[in-house]
Amino acid sequence: MSLATPADIGPTEFLAARARWRPVEIVFWLAAITPYFIAADYLQLAGQILITGLFALSLDLILGYAGIVSLGHAAFFGLGAYATGIASKHGWGEPLTGLLIGGLVAGVVGFGASFIVARFRGLALIMITLGLDQIVAEAANSMGWLTGGADGLQGVKTWPILGLFRFDLYGVTAYWYALIVTFLFFLLVRRMVNSPFGLSLQGIRENSTRMLAIGARNHAHVRTVFTIAAFIAGVAGALLTETTETVSLETLSFQRSADVLVMLILGGVGQLYGGLVGALIYMVARDQFSDINPQYWYFWIGLLLVAVVVFLPNGIVGGVKKLGGLLGRRGT
Amino acid sequence: MIGPVIGVLYDGFAYGMLLFLLSVGMSVTLGMMNFVNLAHCAFGMLGGFVTVTLINKFGWPFLATLPVAFLAAAAVSVVLERILFRRFYRSGDLDQCLLTIGVVFMSIAIAAYTFGTEQQPVRLPSWIRGSVLIGGQNFGVYRAFLIVVALAVTAVLVGALEYTRFGARVRAAVDNQRMARGLGINVDWIFALTFALGSGLAGLGGSLAIEVVGLDHSFALTYLIYVLIVVSLGGMGSIGGTFAAAVLLGVSDIAGKYYVPQVSAFLIYVLMVGLLMWRPIGLFGKR
Repeated sequence: MSLATPADIGPTEFLAARARWRPVEIVFWLAAITPYFIAADYLQLAGQILITGLFALSLDLILGYAGIVSLGHAAFFGLGAYATGIASKHGWGEPLTGLLIGGLVAGVVGFGASFIVARFRGLALIMITLGLDQIVAEAANSMGWLTGGADGLQGVKTWPILGLFRFDLYGVTAYWYALIVTFLFFLLVRRMVNSPFGLSLQGIRENSTRMLAIGARNHAHVRTVFTIAAFIAGVAGALLTETTETVSLETLSFQRSADVLVMLILGGVGQLYGGLVGALIYMVARDQFSDINPQYWYFWIGLLLVAVVVFLPNGIVGGVKKLGGLLGRRGT
Repeated sequence: MIGPVIGVLYDGFAYGMLLFLLSVGMSVTLGMMNFVNLAHCAFGMLGGFVTVTLINKFGWPFLATLPVAFLAAAAVSVVLERILFRRFYRSGDLDQCLLTIGVVFMSIAIAAYTFGTEQQPVRLPSWIRGSVLIGGQNFGVYRAFLIVVALAVTAVLVGALEYTRFGARVRAAVDNQRMARGLGINVDWIFALTFALGSGLAGLGGSLAIEVVGLDHSFALTYLIYVLIVVSLGGMGSIGGTFAAAVLLGVSDIAGKYYVPQVSAFLIYVLMVGLLMWRPIGLFGKR
């Protein structure tokens, strides 16, 4: 199915074929609602996984499709988290507009940062993104009057969604809320990467010089996608604030930037579902191994990382796809 | 007014020397093979734990543990290089990052399992712990020791690179790996040796770091950021650049903590981002 080229079937049909929903995708999203029915004790964890998955999806947009390696993506997650938290602390705890506030603040800063990001590649880019994240984190740390500093932001209160659904102690509302928001943004990202814009991003990833030669505006494309990714990361941060009603400096940390990169690569880069699958595996593993032995779970995640690089070059989603391809070929 | 300035420069320079020892190996291996070895500081941590164990369990003198720390880190690194890392020299940056950060995670867990999660206590001999009063100014003996060791290492390193056959081969491999292979230089073998040497120096740096910055199980990750800053600022593959960047970072970090403690971490990153935007290949990088 992916062998057809625009020359065979025409550009419109080519794009439509790319965008077609496959049965396995529908199964995936049906599976995403099963925790509500079979694992009610784990709904809080499921909500956290969805939020982290949305965050990883936003990183996939710039890393997997535009090829920008960022070690500072947590900056936008944290900005969104703090913006929503501060708005809520000062009397505006309406959740849906809260998401918008978080997304907009992160998006505006992301738009500013995108002018820097678009100009660099390689190690310099990695270090610049890392540095920008640390600058934001230090700023939040030193502005204790606004952010609560190292103690975290206290006094966040989220109002019921649409005035109807109150956030409960068991995380049922939070789970559905995170699921719906994540799904909507997933649709948006899916639509985007299967559009002509998404194709030009992949062109930039594969060969930026050639894209310039055919007249693509690389910098403008990179700026656009970086801003959108920052917006989505901000929304994910805002979701975390609204569902946990607290914000800590950890949301901005290098650790979070590195974790989300690890999750994404674990799941598979540039395959839409990689971030969600990676977040699921990473966080379930952390939950389970921490139960056994809180300090040592890093060993197993490290081993998993090495194993994925050695045996599954395209991450877990890539490995499953390959397996599916092999079985399919045998069947026909 | 002059007093604190000299003190800050002295401490900063000593700190810079420590950063130089920790990062020079990574710079050279990155320049030669384009291999992003995020596990570099794990070898530093290994050296630190070797020293701690030898002193606390077996009562070795501090100085005698340093060569052992060097050798242990070098030996473990070359084993990992031969069985694992060398398969990934042609992979993308991301795969290399993921692989080596996996090794970092495992090393952290192993360290926590073996030594616990608290700061490692180590007692140094009394002659090295004091300070000397020169012209109304206190100079820590340990920092002087650190500077002497690092300068000696640098002199040996530069001398070996400039004036020996092995050094010429290493420089050839860093400048143009394919051409060096074409001339019949066994780049893989050179690289394994360089990798061991660089990791050994990191191990030495890890041992020397205990007294200055402490040692715990998360050392491999905490100092990774500093090492990455030094390497990217210095320009990969450049020993002189790494030296300059390490001194710059050491002095500005200590000066920032002394004069503007509230925003010191802020300053380091602003400095780094500014310098990299000005020169993306590092201050002394060639490509």
